[in-house]
Amino acid sequence: MIAPLRALRRPQGALAGLWLILVICAAILAPLLTPYAYDIQALPNAYQPASAAHWLGTDEFGRDLLTRLIYGARTSLSVSATAISISVLCGMVLGAAAAWFGGWLDRVVTMTVDLTWSFPEILIALILVAIIGPGTTGVMIAIAVAYLAQFTRLTRAQIMTLRGETFIEAARSLGAGNGHILFRHLLPNALAPVLVSAMLATGDAIILEATLGFFGLGAQPPVPSWGGMMSAGSALVFKAPWVIIFPGLAVAITVVAINLYGDALIGELDIRSRLRRDA
Amino acid sequence: MTAPLIRIDTLSKRFQSGGGLFAKPRAMMAVRDVTLSIGKGEVLGVVGESGCGKSTLARLVLRLIEPSAGRVTFDGTEITALPPAALRKMRRRMSMVFQDPYSSLDPRHSLTEVLAEPFRVQGETLPPEQIPQMLEAVGLPATFAQSHPHQLSGGQRQRVGIARALALRPDFVVLDEPTASLDVSIQAQIIALLADLRDRLGLTYLFISHDLGLVRYFCDRIVVMYLGSVVEVLPDTRTAPRHPYTQALMASNFAPDPARRRMIEPLTGEIPSPFALPPGCAFATRCPRASDLCRQKAPALGGDAAHPVACFHPL
Amino acid sequence: MSALLDLDGVGVSIGRLALLEGISLTVERGQVLGLVGESGSGKSLTAMAAMGLLPLIGGRVTQGSVRFDGQDMAAMTEAQRRALRGGRIGFVTQNPMTALDPVQRIGEQVDVVSRLHLGLDRKAARARTLDLLTQLRIPEAAVVAEAWPHQLSGGMKQRIVIAMALAGDPDLIIADEPTTALDVTVQAQIIQILGNLVREKGVALLLITHDMGVVAQVCDRVAVLYAGRLAEEGPVRPLFAAPAHPYTAALIGCIPQDGMAKGSLTGIPGAVPSARAFPPGCRFHPRCARASDLCRSAPPPITPQGDGRVACHHPGAAR
Repeated sequence: MIAPLRALRRPQGALAGLWLILVICAAILAPLLTPYAYDIQALPNAYQPASAAHWLGTDEFGRDLLTRLIYGARTSLSVSATAISISVLCGMVLGAAAAWFGGWLDRVVTMTVDLTWSFPEILIALILVAIIGPGTTGVMIAIAVAYLAQFTRLTRAQIMTLRGETFIEAARSLGAGNGHILFRHLLPNALAPVLVSAMLATGDAIILEATLGFFGLGAQPPVPSWGGMMSAGSALVFKAPWVIIFPGLAVAITVVAINLYGDALIGELDIRSRLRRDA
Repeated sequence: MTAPLIRIDTLSKRFQSGGGLFAKPRAMMAVRDVTLSIGKGEVLGVVGESGCGKSTLARLVLRLIEPSAGRVTFDGTEITALPPAALRKMRRRMSMVFQDPYSSLDPRHSLTEVLAEPFRVQGETLPPEQIPQMLEAVGLPATFAQSHPHQLSGGQRQRVGIARALALRPDFVVLDEPTASLDVSIQAQIIALLADLRDRLGLTYLFISHDLGLVRYFCDRIVVMYLGSVVEVLPDTRTAPRHPYTQALMASNFAPDPARRRMIEPLTGEIPSPFALPPGCAFATRCPRASDLCRQKAPALGGDAAHPVACFHPL
Repeated sequence: MSALLDLDGVGVSIGRLALLEGISLTVERGQVLGLVGESGSGKSLTAMAAMGLLPLIGGRVTQGSVRFDGQDMAAMTEAQRRALRGGRIGFVTQNPMTALDPVQRIGEQVDVVSRLHLGLDRKAARARTLDLLTQLRIPEAAVVAEAWPHQLSGGMKQRIVIAMALAGDPDLIIADEPTTALDVTVQAQIIQILGNLVREKGVALLLITHDMGVVAQVCDRVAVLYAGRLAEEGPVRPLFAAPAHPYTAALIGCIPQDGMAKGSLTGIPGAVPSARAFPPGCRFHPRCARASDLCRSAPPPITPQGDGRVACHHPGAAR
């Protein structure tokens, strides 16, 4: 059984995994699950608390909150996941190249990447969005660049450590060329820690996306995003607190779930802790 | 007399370390001017302590590292001059077993994948029906085929390493301290396995070890190295040593027999740093027989062709 | 006079795993006891038990007693035990590369032992340190005392570790594989030094090793451990000449010796059992040529054999 499925056997992995599966399914099946459209306004219905017609109430434009929450999940998850995937891909390529070729390439890559790392992610994101313009594309690129340093460094460190392992020397003694060693030994062994790191970074990215959305820099209205919803709801804290509470909870629970699942996954990928548990 | 399978001619390897803005790089000769030959079917032992260059020599012979000077000839072909593609094909005929069973196998590969790798590198595929036979030949049950290294003990992992080295039916195997990390009872099993495989498959071994007792049991001829140079080549395991260092090594090898307890005169001093070798004989700083000549000139390996010694005052 | 170190039926557990059982051995003044075993035999654990350091690794003594110079160590306070360690009991560790503090000079590390345990002042402690280094044949002791650990070789570092063990004027030295990480010519020097210490100063030495050659060279008595139990114990010459326990005999047979015919080295089939899965009865029975049904069901009692003891249902020739 592969590691992500085994991680579901652990208690925290099971609980967290359940929530994540729920959120992902909801996001994918949004049109089927939601009774309302997310952008149709119905002003007479504004500021309604939870009721039979609107399970989570309505927002300032009378739109169903639950519907917007589920569509918001689409935005948050797709933007973060895509951004992190791009970041991981570029990071692994850069990190592997830096570790493999060394020399000036290593120095250039490391210095450039360290420059981005020395800025807080939100600052980089804001700068990039200011240049590219608001909207999901800008946010995706911003997040990808903000996390690039992490994956580049991690991959580079992993590959540099692995290069000295005896099994790499053994592969060379069989006549293996650089490509074989890179793709059959180095990258698979380096992949596991990078993937786990990517998972945890997705949680961070959701928060970053929500933050950018809070400032109005993310998905533009009427496309819902959790951050944007929180931003609108912040003005209504006393009048209709549910407008900010539910998206806030959604972000919090999802990020906690990602972290818990990530912990369970680390436990499954780390051979030694598996043995301890199985013994 | 048939030509030797391996010929090593004045092989040297120089390593540089340190250096930067504020320090000059320092250089040392890990292997200096080694000339040896290995006959077909022979088990040649190379013995020495840390810094003697035996591990570097093992890797030079297989051209896993490039020599600074000299050449290696395998069955008439000069492998130090081969282009990469030809070298890869040559690697079918020579392989290596490594010292550390815990890191010589990729933890993510199953045993089947480990055994298939030599084939894959040569552009071939391992016929699946061969796998049980390969495992059983090294004393492992065929049911281990899907196991991963972390499920195996050190001795079992080393057997896998041996199976991998023999996968393409090589002629020549370099064994770099293959039992140093194992318990003595497992060591004896592995040595027995290596001896059996050599007889059955007609292999030639280069056996590297720091354990003189083991080398004297297992090998036909013994090469003794000290700080990168060969100091003596013993033609068989019964001949008495002529180099003072070899004698010190033998004396330090305690026999498991209290009746043969000896009052040894241990060597004084320590092995000098290879970065700052004294002029003359490298062993002169510790040798009880050292004279002024020894401290000025480095003795060359010479004397009797069957039993060469590098010493001005051999025993 | 009672033995200096006396382990009587000691059992040790870590968590729920019983790792040592029924370990009884004694070390007298002026004597070297070799404690031999392969990995997983429990020899390092025995050393920790002897020094009362088991809590450090989450272990505890579950049976028997450890007595130092007649006093039960379990009955002492931790402060009393700490006074013994480094003082009357010196410890030489396995890995000289990591035994010394890399950010403290050599001299200070040795000084602190005599200051702590002998109450010497700075000057007296330094004088004692230099004296010890010279006794251990360390050239230019004053220069070495000002050096940093990374500037010394493995053999020199191990001599410093021995100096630290000696600085407290110990009656007992426990050396856990003191030469395993060293070159063989350096090992000979260190073993020589340890042997001389016993003869000249009359200290007791508990030497833990897996190397039967070292045991034959320097020990007076030998205790052989297998899978957490004592297999055999006795004076060194009779034990090597006519080992009573099949494991001892097999272990000696695993070592290549001069004059051994090629092919006679076979090893012991199987492997040392893990503590989670000790076989019932005699723990060696799966690997023993002499195993009988009795061996498979009942653990062998420890019976006297000559001037020693053996734990086997079918011991070899009487000595």
